[in-house]
Amino acid sequence: MKKEILKVQSNERLTDTIYEMKLSGCSSMLPGQFVELLIPGFSLRRPFSVAEYSKGIITIIYKVTGRGTEEMTAIKKNAKIDTLTGLGRGFSLSGSEHPLLIGGGIGIAPLIYLARVLYEREKSVKILLCGRCKNDLIKREELKKYGEVFYATDDGSCGFKGNALEAAQSLFKQTDHYYACGPMPMLKALAKNNNKGELSLEAHMGCGFGACMGCSIETTEGPKRVCKEGPVFLASELLF
Amino acid sequence: METKKITLGTKLLGYQLDNPIIAASGTFGFGYEFAEYYDINILGSISLKGTTKEARYGNPLPRIAECPVGMINAIGLQNPGVERVRTEELSKLKRYYSKKVIANVGGHSFEEYVYVSSAFNDSESVLAVELNVSCPNVKGGGMVFGTDPEILGRLVKEVKKSCTKPLIVKLSPNVKDISEMALSAESNGADGISAINTLLGMRIDLKARKPVISVGKGGYSGKGIFPVALKMVNDIYKSVSIPVIGMGGISDSYDVIEMMMAGATCVMIGTENLINPYACKDIIEELPITMEKLQINNLSEIVGCV
Repeated sequence: MKKEILKVQSNERLTDTIYEMKLSGCSSMLPGQFVELLIPGFSLRRPFSVAEYSKGIITIIYKVTGRGTEEMTAIKKNAKIDTLTGLGRGFSLSGSEHPLLIGGGIGIAPLIYLARVLYEREKSVKILLCGRCKNDLIKREELKKYGEVFYATDDGSCGFKGNALEAAQSLFKQTDHYYACGPMPMLKALAKNNNKGELSLEAHMGCGFGACMGCSIETTEGPKRVCKEGPVFLASELLF
Repeated sequence: METKKITLGTKLLGYQLDNPIIAASGTFGFGYEFAEYYDINILGSISLKGTTKEARYGNPLPRIAECPVGMINAIGLQNPGVERVRTEELSKLKRYYSKKVIANVGGHSFEEYVYVSSAFNDSESVLAVELNVSCPNVKGGGMVFGTDPEILGRLVKEVKKSCTKPLIVKLSPNVKDISEMALSAESNGADGISAINTLLGMRIDLKARKPVISVGKGGYSGKGIFPVALKMVNDIYKSVSIPVIGMGGISDSYDVIEMMMAGATCVMIGTENLINPYACKDIIEELPITMEKLQINNLSEIVGCV
């Protein structure tokens, strides 16, 4: 973890409710790790997974869900943001030659950086993007560069009509290790069906670096903190 | 040079602290977590995560809700149990911290408080036990002991019979008259008071139309409670003769001085650690500069000067 003052390079709208912010000045970030931004006017920092990291620039893809994220959309280029960087334990990178990445909605974000790194390590990457409708399936073109991309939507507006677990069934047969990030019901369904994977979790956090125990979950090895031992956990260690 | 005369040294319960800055229980884990970020030996002391007899997972998530000038928590005393704290956590901390710490003790019954507080009798690195009679986040205990002066008095008396460490009683602000609680603790043998713990509060998720915190309510802390804490510390200081450790919303060196002027011998830094992991370090570094500005050479001269 480092406390760094990052500078906003851009803050643009991707869809109706999803925005992309790029910030420079970050010294270290691994796939699956997260940052905590201190948004002016709010007391606590806000955790965000990192969608891309290169040459000191991090990309955050965020969905407007409340007053904090609404306020974020108004942040202008060159604004300076007090940030904790390099937080948490990210994805393992040496797990498999044929990894499957499953992203649900905004949970697609941290899989982008992961997909690029796995692709650069010459893994044969398959990516399943899931959402309610086509609009939820962000960064489709970018992800095509890193692997074979599949789609599943609840309304059938893009790819397979159905949920992530249904869509993953045939892909599970072609992989020995998967990575998933998305809504809790999706992660729970995946983990119950197949425990050879890693799940990136989300939680309300107090601090983001292991001090307050605000985000502890129960695991097979006792309580673990989403911010410190996570946010990435083995599907096999989670007690849902 | 004026600065040369400035000294941060503070005496607490017969023990010399390098400075009056103590990390507050529940915001600093078991201490060693912060050793990754800076040399924690600069701290006056550390009050460890609240400890109970058995291991506790605590409350379901969410346990945290943000507030405009602070936060609400309902952790529910998550801890690995006193045996592991005494053996594993304390020895782990010893690798990073050479000074003495304060063991924070929680409980659900007289027996549990007595058991856990005396479990530290032989722990050399423990300078005092802080009795948490003010945790709002555990069912059937915690705060109950801290809201009735008569029950609190009995508890302190019982604990003092078997706990050989100096005893600090951490008081709840959720009472009619905090001085009455402090007096009861003092007259039954408490060696010090720490105050204040969190104020009861809640937040509502506007979309879900239900409380943000899983258990409905929690303890409100952070900058917003500073004036409340200051007034209560001053009330306690005027009522008792044992030392008072002041806490509640302290976020910088100016707040430290203000809290000491209200009557605190030492201060604890809590919520600010969660927002700025370097909060204690920053405050310790700023303190002599602020003292110089205010022409304070020795902190003991300002304690309770208001």
